Formats: sequence, C-alpha cells, structure tokens
Amino acid sequence: MLDTKKVGSVMIVGGGVTGMQAALDLADSGYYVYLVEKSGAIGGAMAQLDKTFPTNDCSM
Amino acid sequence: MTLSEVVKVDGVAGNFSVTVKESPRYVDMEKCIACGACSEKCPKKVDSEYDAGTGKRKAIYVKYAQAVPLKYQIDAASCIRLQKPGACGFCEKVCDAGAINFDDKEKVHLINVGAVVLAPGFEVFDPKPAGVWGYGVHKNVITSLQLERYLSASGPTEGHLIRPSDGKAVNKVAFLQCVGSRDENLCGNGYCSSVCCMYAIKEAVIAKDHVPGLHTSIFYMDMRTHGKEFDQYLERAKEDAGVRFVRCRIAGVETDGESGDLRLRYVNENGRQIEEFYDMVVLSVGLQTPKHVLELAHTLDIKLTADNFAATSDFAPVQTSREGIYTCGAIAGPKDIPQSVVEGSAAAAAVADLLAPVRHELTSVATFPEEKDISQEEPRIGVFICHCGSNIAGVVDVKAVEEYAATLPDVVYVERNLFSCSQDTQEMIVKRIREQDLNRIVIAACTPRTHEPLFRETLKAAGLNEYLVEMANIRNHNSWVHSKDPQAATAKAKDLVRMAAAKVTFGDSLKPISVPITQKGLVIGGGVAGMTSALNLAKQGFEVHLVEKTDTLGGNALNLKHTWAGEHVPTQVAKLIDKVIWNDRIIIHKECVVTAVDGFVGNFRSTVTGKDGIAKVIEHGAGVVAIGGDAYIPSEYNYNSITRVVTAVQFDKLFELKEKHVKQAKRFVFIQCVGSRESDHMYCSKVCCTHSVQSAIALKKENPERNVYILYRDMRTYAQREALFKQARKLGVIFINYELHGKPKVTEVGNDIQVEVWDHVLHRPLQIAADMVILATAIRPKEDAADLGKLYKVPVDANGFFQEAHAKLRPVDFSTDGMFVAGLAHYPKPVEESVAQALAASARAATLLSKTQVSLDAVKATVDETYCDGCALCVDVCPYNAISLIEKGPAGADGKRAIQVNKAQCKGCGLCQGTCPKRGVYVSGFTMKQISAQIQAALAV
Repeated sequence: MLDTKKVGSVMIVGGGVTGMQAALDLADSGYYVYLVEKSGAIGGAMAQLDKTFPTNDCSM
Repeated sequence: MTLSEVVKVDGVAGNFSVTVKESPRYVDMEKCIACGACSEKCPKKVDSEYDAGTGKRKAIYVKYAQAVPLKYQIDAASCIRLQKPGACGFCEKVCDAGAINFDDKEKVHLINVGAVVLAPGFEVFDPKPAGVWGYGVHKNVITSLQLERYLSASGPTEGHLIRPSDGKAVNKVAFLQCVGSRDENLCGNGYCSSVCCMYAIKEAVIAKDHVPGLHTSIFYMDMRTHGKEFDQYLERAKEDAGVRFVRCRIAGVETDGESGDLRLRYVNENGRQIEEFYDMVVLSVGLQTPKHVLELAHTLDIKLTADNFAATSDFAPVQTSREGIYTCGAIAGPKDIPQSVVEGSAAAAAVADLLAPVRHELTSVATFPEEKDISQEEPRIGVFICHCGSNIAGVVDVKAVEEYAATLPDVVYVERNLFSCSQDTQEMIVKRIREQDLNRIVIAACTPRTHEPLFRETLKAAGLNEYLVEMANIRNHNSWVHSKDPQAATAKAKDLVRMAAAKVTFGDSLKPISVPITQKGLVIGGGVAGMTSALNLAKQGFEVHLVEKTDTLGGNALNLKHTWAGEHVPTQVAKLIDKVIWNDRIIIHKECVVTAVDGFVGNFRSTVTGKDGIAKVIEHGAGVVAIGGDAYIPSEYNYNSITRVVTAVQFDKLFELKEKHVKQAKRFVFIQCVGSRESDHMYCSKVCCTHSVQSAIALKKENPERNVYILYRDMRTYAQREALFKQARKLGVIFINYELHGKPKVTEVGNDIQVEVWDHVLHRPLQIAADMVILATAIRPKEDAADLGKLYKVPVDANGFFQEAHAKLRPVDFSTDGMFVAGLAHYPKPVEESVAQALAASARAATLLSKTQVSLDAVKATVDETYCDGCALCVDVCPYNAISLIEKGPAGADGKRAIQVNKAQCKGCGLCQGTCPKRGVYVSGFTMKQISAQIQAALAV
C-alpha cells in the first residue's frame, strides 16, 4: 500500500441521482471523474417519477 | 460513459485498473443532434422501459425527452436492420446529420482510477412471475411505477388516469402495500423497502388532483412514514385529501368477469371479511438489488448482507468490504431520494479522504486567448441562424430570416448553419468572429437554458467577452409551437432576431467576479455527526475548528449501546473521539458556543465564546451545523410518579448494569410514540421502534419466560431492520397496536403496574400487569437551534429542526451558501444516517474549501450611485439578503445613504431593479438600456 502511487481520478458506477451527486461533488473538489452508466442516458429511477414529495415538483 | 458496464477491477485502493465494456450505440454521439427524424421513421415499436411497459418506443430512441446526453440509440435486439442486414435502414436515410452507424462495435476501455464508487441503484420487484394479486392476468392491476407513468404529463396517457383494459375513466383505486417487501413466501424479500408507504400516499394524493372525486384507499400493515415531514403529509392526506387508510391483510383480488372491475377481499381490524370493488388496483412494489448488480458485487469481491445489499458498517456507511470501493444509494439498502443523495455526497467525502494527497493532480483549468477590449468600438453584430436540422428550417423560412437580419442596424455578417451547436460550426463561428472582426453575436437557435453556456465558451475561444452573445429562441418558442403556421413562425423569428440584435447592441463586456476563500472549516457540535464531519475535513487536508458546548465530546451517542445492526457504540465512539483529539488539523473548542457571525460564503467570521466569557473570532470558508438533539422528558403515563416507568435510555443503563429490578422482573411493557406523532409534534422520531424491538429481544434472550409487550401505533422497523421485528415475534414478544385516540393507561396497583390498552381482536380493554414500563420517548430539537439559525441566516422548520435547502436534492445544504447541516439537528435519525449526513456535509463543504477562490456569474445587481438615494425599498425584496444600506461619506457628514450589493450573495434575479423607483440599481447584462431597446424592437413593426 505504501508503494502504491495514488491516482487522482474516480470511477462512479451508476448515473442516477446518487451517482450524479457523488460525481458532482468529486469533480467540484478537484478529482477527475468517470461516470459509467449502463443505459443510454443518465437520470436513473428518479427521472421516471412524475412528481415528488413534498413540493410536488416535477422530478425532472 | 453511457451504455457502459464495469466488468473487472484490478489493483488496490488508490490505484485501480478498471475494465469497462461500452456497448455500441449505432449512433454517432458527435453527429446526432437529436432532431428525432430517425425515430419518427423507424417502423419498429417495442415496450418502453422508461414508461415501465405502459407505453411504446421505437427501436431507435432516446430514453426520455430530457435525456442527458440527448443522443439517440439503437436497441439492437429490436432493430430490423441490425437483426437482418440489408433490411429497413430508414433511419440512416432520413438522418441529415449522417449520425447512423450500423457498423458500430463494442469497445473495451481500461481506465486507471484511485477509487470506485458503486451507485447502481435498484430495480422494482416484478410481481409478474408470481402473479401477485393477479398482476399480468388482470390488466387493471398495475404497479406503482406504472401509475407514476400514467400520472405523468410525459407518460403514455399524458397524465389522464384511464383503465388499461378499456380506457374507462377511473373512479376508485386501491393501493396494496408491501408487494415484494416484508414477505418471504411470495417474493423472498423479507425486508421493508422503506419508500413504498410514502410514495403510495403521494400517488394517491396526486391521482386525486388529476381526477376530481376519485376514491383512493391504501391497504397496509404498518404506515411507515418515518422521514422528515412525512407524518404531516400522511395526516394531510387523511384529513385534507381524503385518502382512506385500511390496516388489514388482503385475502384476494379477482375480476367480476367481463367488466374489468376488480373485487378485493380482505379481513379488517375487527376480524370481518369485507369485499369491495375497484376500477384499478395498484401494487406498491418494493425495491431489490438487480441481478446484474449482484454479479458486479461478486466480480468486485464485495460482501453482501442476507438481504442482498452491500454490507457496510454503521460508522462507515459508504465503505464496502473492499478498501477503495465505496457504495451509495439503494445498493446498500432500500432508501429514499434524500438519503441516496446524502450518501452520494458521503461517498465523495470518503473518496476525498483516501485521495487527498492527489487532489487537483488530474484536473486542469481551461485556458482561453486574451480578451479583446471592445469598449471603444462601434457595434459589429454577427447573426448565426440555425436550421436545427429540420426542427427550425422545416417550419421557418430561414433564408428569409437571413435576408431580413442583414438589413438590421449594426449587423455586418449573417450566416445559416445546419446545426449551430455542432463542434465544426463552433470552430467556424470562432473563425468568422476573427475574420469579420465581429464584437456582438446573435445566435438564433434554441434555448439559452441548455445552449448559452456553449456559445459563451465559443466567444471566449474567439477572444470576445462571453457576455456579448444573445440567443433568439426561434425553435422552442417558435418553430415547435407554431409548426402549423410557417408564415407566422417566420415573421416571429424575424421579430425575435430583431429583439436580440437590439439588446446585444448595448451589451457590455462584463468582468468575471471571484471571491477568495478561507480554506478552513467550522463544525458546530461535538457529537458523532460533528466529529465525523470534522475528522473527514481534516483528513481531506483542511484545518477545522470544532465547537462543543459541553466539556465532553460524544453527544447523544454516549447514551447508546448498540446500533440496530448490533455494533457496539461505546467502542466506536471512543475510537472516533481519539482520532479527533489526535488530529493536528482539528482545533477543539470545548465549553464554547457561537455568539456572533459575520461574512458570507468562503469568508465567514464566527465569534466563539467560552464559558469563561472569552471570545475568539474564527475565520472559515464553510460551516457545518451538527448541534444534535435532546431526549424528550415525558410527563405522560405517570412517568413522574411511578419509579418503574422509565425512558428507553434509562432502561438501557439499568439493563446493562444488571440492576436487580430489571434482572428479576418478568413482565415488561414498552409504549411507543411517547411525544412523537401527535398534536404539536407531528413527526416520527425514527429510531424508537427499532430500539424497543432490540431491547425486547435482549430481554427475551436473557430469559425466555419473560412476558414482553410492545404497544405501538405503526411498527417502523424500516429497511433491513425488519429482520429484528421478525426475530422479536419469533421469540414471543407480543405486539399490540393502539391508536392515538385510544392511548394506553398506566397506573400503579400495589406492587404491579397496570397497563390498560384496547384489544382489537377481543374488542375490549386489555389489562396487562407489568413489573416495568419502558417509554420510547421522542427526540426533540435543541432549544437554542433557532437562535443559532438566526446568526447564520439559516431557518428551522415548524418542529424546530434545521431546514435544508431542498428536501430531495439538497439534503445537507442550507439556503445560505457555505453552510451545511448534519445529524439530529436536521431530523431524528439513527447512527449510520447521521454519519452519512456528516460525511456528506464535509463533501459539500470541500467543494468550496478545495478552491482558493470561487468564480461567480457576472450577471449581478450593480448600484448606480448617481440615482440611488438610499430609499432601501430593494433591501426588503431581495430574497438572498444580498443588499444592505450604508452611510456614504465620512460619519457625521451630509448623511447620504446608498445601498451596497454583496456580489457573492446576489443571484442576479432582478427583483431590486424592478422595485427601484429611481434606476438606482440594475442587473449587469440586463440594463434598462438593453431591455428597453429589446422592447422597442419588439414593438417596432
């Protein structure tokens, strides 16, 4: 472990709200981020929801 | 990287080599402009995954209208051409951009990273294989996700609630809870999915909005609305929206034959068989880990729990069993959106801890040529008109618009592009700006919301100030909405271009604003949340001041023995305290409170005053509020007069000490919701059900002969805690449900404590003789929370807990930039959720602290001192507290007053400009001159 040269990049697996939040925070604090998403677009399950509690905001 | 999956991870924490397989999209991402022509022509229709099978999509499609990246893809399995070479191929023929590539191949990437974060999410339980409640047989039995799509304006019925079987309007809907959750027989998932109660209520309320007079009934076992403000929502759903709640077990769902109506049979609380008819039955399906994620976990060699979620420690909730690999979201247990978002940030904090030494090593700052000074130049406007494939050009006569634009004042160059946003056009625009010596640009294309940042970059690349561009939205506001009237659309396009040109004529080069950042953190509160947050920031390399009101670190956790998963709290807390004390970067201020605050994001100055009255000023760039909560001291159930009526915290101590009354006692009664979920305290304290169940298990394990009763309203052993509830029942703990209107009565009769509670099975009061009664008391906010909130201009909610900026998407941020919240100060929560939130707060703070300065958009309110007379009308309307009134000139002079704008706090909304009666304040980029020129241009026809 001591001999390992650390790398300043991170891979996030999954592009839903959770993965996107992790990706944004890491990119905003000085790390190079690879966001890997299985489907053709990010957004995850939340993008399927109509409205969300408590404000009934559109999920988009 | 879309359409991509991780197939292998080699190496060690800090230096992994990840193999990623990228499936072919068959559409060139660089070329596709998402005009949609391909999809329109595609003859193949299949079920849409996005619409959960309620609607159709084509074989070439975008996942949803707002997808990012907004690029089409071909589903090879259903594409006629890809299945049969030579066939079909319509999409290729109609694609003006030439983006279709049937020869696209799978690619394999080898990527070197320091850490891996797993956020693969969940899948909803599929009731079809088991045919749960007739799903898959009766068309009008749908899942909750399908209902979401039916209710959505972008769904298959555009938000109209109609029956799938016959399109008939829906008048009665039943929601059946716990489908795919809390049920090992039918679905194999013993755990509670945590989110279904709340989403069912939301769907029921929204469905009622869509269909006036709609009857909605929710059939449930326990209503688990344990999140922040959830119980209030539940009450509103009952009282205001009229959603009916029925606690029962469902016996069957059948059709009555032809009509499609569904007959629901259930046994109600009084033990009676009931039959009711519904137009539609919605199954509230649970969450589970998808098969491909289980395979991924296996490939990555990370351990799972019995419920197939990633195994983590309560004190390191985002750390998997393999170092350097982190989890967040539903992979580590079913959870709702805010908790998932919290964990996303928490994982970022954990990664930043590991990779602190190599921060900024792989990131770079984009460089641009030197900016040209245009202040002395006459305007030379260039207009670029976009065809957007056929999106604009198919409706608007773009050639006519081009000819018209050339006649406008100061316009010296006009050009049309097939796609103004494409990479090659961007380069071309840069070239034209230089060639033609343009100093103002109009892009007549789509919406600035998505594309203005791109064109700003283009101007910067050409050495022009980025604010010298104006977009005329001739697509969304024009060709799309007036597609049936090309003549009017062309006229409107001309109007929009004329207005944009008029506005940009008076545009100025705006200087970027940047604010220096004090790269230090302040954490208020030395409990588990505060210490975790401080320690993480310190390990990320930042100096942290930790302020604790008492003389001891540890907070409420000092009263806890075990987490729900059984981890020993005192050991873990002691370790944490040790790490905090020995960390050089953490400066601890014990017996201190914050007494004054000055400054703003990046530049706070907090005054911390000790018990001795000595005040210190701490400069910090960001702050975390983690002041914890208090235990409610009850007055009900004769707590004050009967000594053997104790609180849960008191009981834990007695039990641990093997106190003789506890040791010898045979009959225990736990009473839940003491001080929670009633009148002025309409919230769930979240941890008490699990705590009582754990204590009951411990009592039964110690002596199986004991009688242990738990009197509860809804048993909220959410997520994987459900296993404890099951274990308690198996050990013979007796659970008795009571309602708010029939609270138990506790009296002392000789040596016994008598507990009276209504028995729902026997329909009469039940008398329980007990040796000890344990009250599951509420968690209350700190009394001084609101005062601290005022200092930092951060609000508390109606219950006195701190209010986050957004319930779903900004769960640790405050609306005041640079301030964050964690732990019980935000809402009652168990240890692992406090730790996750504390880490999240650190990650959010680190996004500021990792920079030496923060650059801000230059669109800000600016004071014109010639006109401002200090009337201060704008001070009150500013929603961001960015405007203050100051005395001009030396004190005691003429006393002229004027306003001052704090650019770091201003968001450029323009309310001040609209309010000002004297033109004393304007928003840069939206000056009166610019706006009036634009309006005059609009009227000049």
